[in-house]
Amino acid sequence: MFSFIVRRLAVAIPTTLILVVISFVLMYAAPGGPFNSERPVPEQVMANLEAKYGLDQPMWRQMVTYVWGVVTQFDFGPSFQYTDRSVNDVIAQGFPVTLTYGMWSAVVAMVVGVSLGVAAAVRQNSVLDYLAVGITIGAQALPNFVMAPILVLIFTLWLGWLPGGGWNGGQWEYVIMPVIALSTSYMASIARITRSSMLEVLNSNFIRTAQAKGLPMRRVIFRHALKPALLPVLSYLGPAMVGMITGSVVIDIIFSTGGIGQFFVNSAFNRDYAVIMGITLLVGVLTISFNLIVDVLYAWIDPKIRY
Amino acid sequence: MTFQSKLLATTAAAMLATSGVAFAESHAMTGPNGEALAETQEFTYRVLDEHSSLDPGIVEDVTGSEVVRDLFEGLYNDSKSGETLEPGVALSHEVSEDGQTYTFTLRQDAMWSNGDPVTAGDFVYAWRRAASPELASPYAWYMSLLSLENVDEVIAGDAPLEDLGVTAIDDHTLEVRLKEPLPYFPQMLTHATTFPVPQSVIEEHGDQWTLPENIVSNGAYVLEEHVPQERSVRVKNDMYWDAENTIIEEVTALVINDENQALTRFLAGELDRTEVPAGQYPRLKEEHPEEAISFPRLCNYYYTFNLRDDGPEAFKDQRVRKALALAVDRNVIVENVLAGGQSPAYTFTPAATANFEVPDVEMAAMTQQERNAMARDLMAEAGYGEDNPLSFEMVYNTSDAHRSVAVAMSQMWDQTLGVDATLANMEWQTFLEARNTGDFELARGAWCGDYNEASTFLDLLQTSSGYNDAKYSDAEVDQLLADAKTAEDPNANYTQVEQIIAEDMPVIPIYHYAGVYMMEDNLIPSWPVENVQQNWYSKDLYFVADD
Repeated sequence: MFSFIVRRLAVAIPTTLILVVISFVLMYAAPGGPFNSERPVPEQVMANLEAKYGLDQPMWRQMVTYVWGVVTQFDFGPSFQYTDRSVNDVIAQGFPVTLTYGMWSAVVAMVVGVSLGVAAAVRQNSVLDYLAVGITIGAQALPNFVMAPILVLIFTLWLGWLPGGGWNGGQWEYVIMPVIALSTSYMASIARITRSSMLEVLNSNFIRTAQAKGLPMRRVIFRHALKPALLPVLSYLGPAMVGMITGSVVIDIIFSTGGIGQFFVNSAFNRDYAVIMGITLLVGVLTISFNLIVDVLYAWIDPKIRY
Repeated sequence: MTFQSKLLATTAAAMLATSGVAFAESHAMTGPNGEALAETQEFTYRVLDEHSSLDPGIVEDVTGSEVVRDLFEGLYNDSKSGETLEPGVALSHEVSEDGQTYTFTLRQDAMWSNGDPVTAGDFVYAWRRAASPELASPYAWYMSLLSLENVDEVIAGDAPLEDLGVTAIDDHTLEVRLKEPLPYFPQMLTHATTFPVPQSVIEEHGDQWTLPENIVSNGAYVLEEHVPQERSVRVKNDMYWDAENTIIEEVTALVINDENQALTRFLAGELDRTEVPAGQYPRLKEEHPEEAISFPRLCNYYYTFNLRDDGPEAFKDQRVRKALALAVDRNVIVENVLAGGQSPAYTFTPAATANFEVPDVEMAAMTQQERNAMARDLMAEAGYGEDNPLSFEMVYNTSDAHRSVAVAMSQMWDQTLGVDATLANMEWQTFLEARNTGDFELARGAWCGDYNEASTFLDLLQTSSGYNDAKYSDAEVDQLLADAKTAEDPNANYTQVEQIIAEDMPVIPIYHYAGVYMMEDNLIPSWPVENVQQNWYSKDLYFVADD
């Protein structure tokens, strides 16, 4: 197991480097630049600006300088757009926000999704099953950019219970709607996956054996069926967690939470190269890490898997 | 002879408020005109995007400038109407006979928020810094626009900073030397780039001097909190010279990217001001007559032809350009598409521009039927018709409102002239690049005045202008605009330029902007609706009490 983790980490390094190269090339291929605006900046000022941020260097050298700064000093460079902040500051400010509502969304999606899925599978073809399936299909069909404004309309404008956006240091009333909007479709997927895999497990021989031994149903489900039924959920959860934690852009834009997604989109529009790179790297590293964690968890849950 | 321009030391209104009126804990009980005031004086408004910077020398966006105008104070401030100046750090100035040397007298009681006095040296430092290659400000061009002596050499790094035409005679006297006379120079001093900055703080903290924990400013407010992409909060600065007449205690700018969300939050009472999304004004005006407001802005909206040699052949024919301009029914666009109080444009310069008399152009006086008939004749003359239809591509940057306008225009051209215009939208940076490099046929354009004078618009049509996307070039226009800089009455020149443009039609003016807002009705009485540049200052705002 240990050597497996080491091997995976070793592969992660070239993967990240390839990510850097591809992002750099794509970023520079896009028309425009960080200092282009509707009023073209005089040539001399542009030259001064490019010299200040090292953009006058050839691309390969910028890339080397960038990677060197990241590796040796953990310095992701200055933001071109927000002069008083570095990329480290931007991530330090936006990432905790996204992490907070992302984690809560993951918890909600998991707990509600798995419960719904198990309940539906155990009571297959009952009213409960139809209801659960109905809810999940509805929740999956409703995209979060439609759902989020509806939530604001209901809870802010009509009921006046919750603030319509903002973050305010992460007070609970500001977190509720982003979590609902972000978790719903993940919850629906988890419920659907849990239901079908639970059905499969419930029909397998070892469950029948457990039932034949006269174990109570509750024990059969929680002790024997749940663990294997969760395997497919787990493989779904890896990328889903990255999706939730690195921030849904939609959530950040509609709820003005100041999370990483908002910075990501704006940096792309503004060609704020260092911020684009920083967030891309963050997402890349998180994706690699979560996939690794999921693989390790797999081995723990399923004794048949050996690395 | 020296021309003495005296400004009132304090406005009569401010004096009224101070004389013998009782004060609440920190702000006046009544407004400047004796209005009863609301108990809470906190202003919360929506901004579309995070500001680029709070450094006066660097800030380049409207959002950032709004904050900077509160945090810092320059030589002069805009009055509520925007047509006159009010004293800021400067009380008055004198102009030399040749119009090239300005001497400003600064007030004695101006303070930085750390208690240091604001001196002429602070301005010298700030202006040199704004022009310095080291800062590389994207707004260094504004310093160039001010025509300071040696400014272009300084920006290029060919002359030392000390050569810039600004000197502190003593702590309270500032001398500015220009390379050519600029009649509207004082009006340009309300712009953020010219505001003073605290040298010692900048030297201590470097780029991070604008963070709330470091910043020292000289305006009516100080920065209390800034969470990027979420909010920034500024609170009243007790060191400000006019703090006792500053009524709003706290100002919060919330970043809300989505305008419909912002509108919902306004309606839920979370905001005091937000923009009205295109097309929604009539409905909101009906449902909330006291909160929906619209007023003219100093901006125009146009489409520019590509007149470069490698541009479309058809557009080199003046008759085609004029026909296309004639066939756009601007009333339909402003009344049915935008519906927010915008006005149809037949001249490039908005009518709202200070001291600008809208010239008589032929097109403005015609009915749309007459325009369409004339357009059809011109197109036929130019050789386009059913057997030889004109087709081209029109580009605009991605936005619902721009698309709606473009759809309407292409429909009008199709119906009236049988012209086939294909619509193409582009992401902003891509669009800018295409327009700058001439990789387009017909492109959207818009311009907001940098200062309230017609040349801020018409200069765009000069051959040498970096913003002349059409690459239009007319020797007479160039000469008239150059002469206007020193003319006693430049309006005659502007009228002539507009008339030439209306005939030559290098651009098609479509409409002039309106500011369309939802605003807390108690705030509206103090809002400077007549200020077409919307240079508003929180220190001049207040919420009146409910009746």
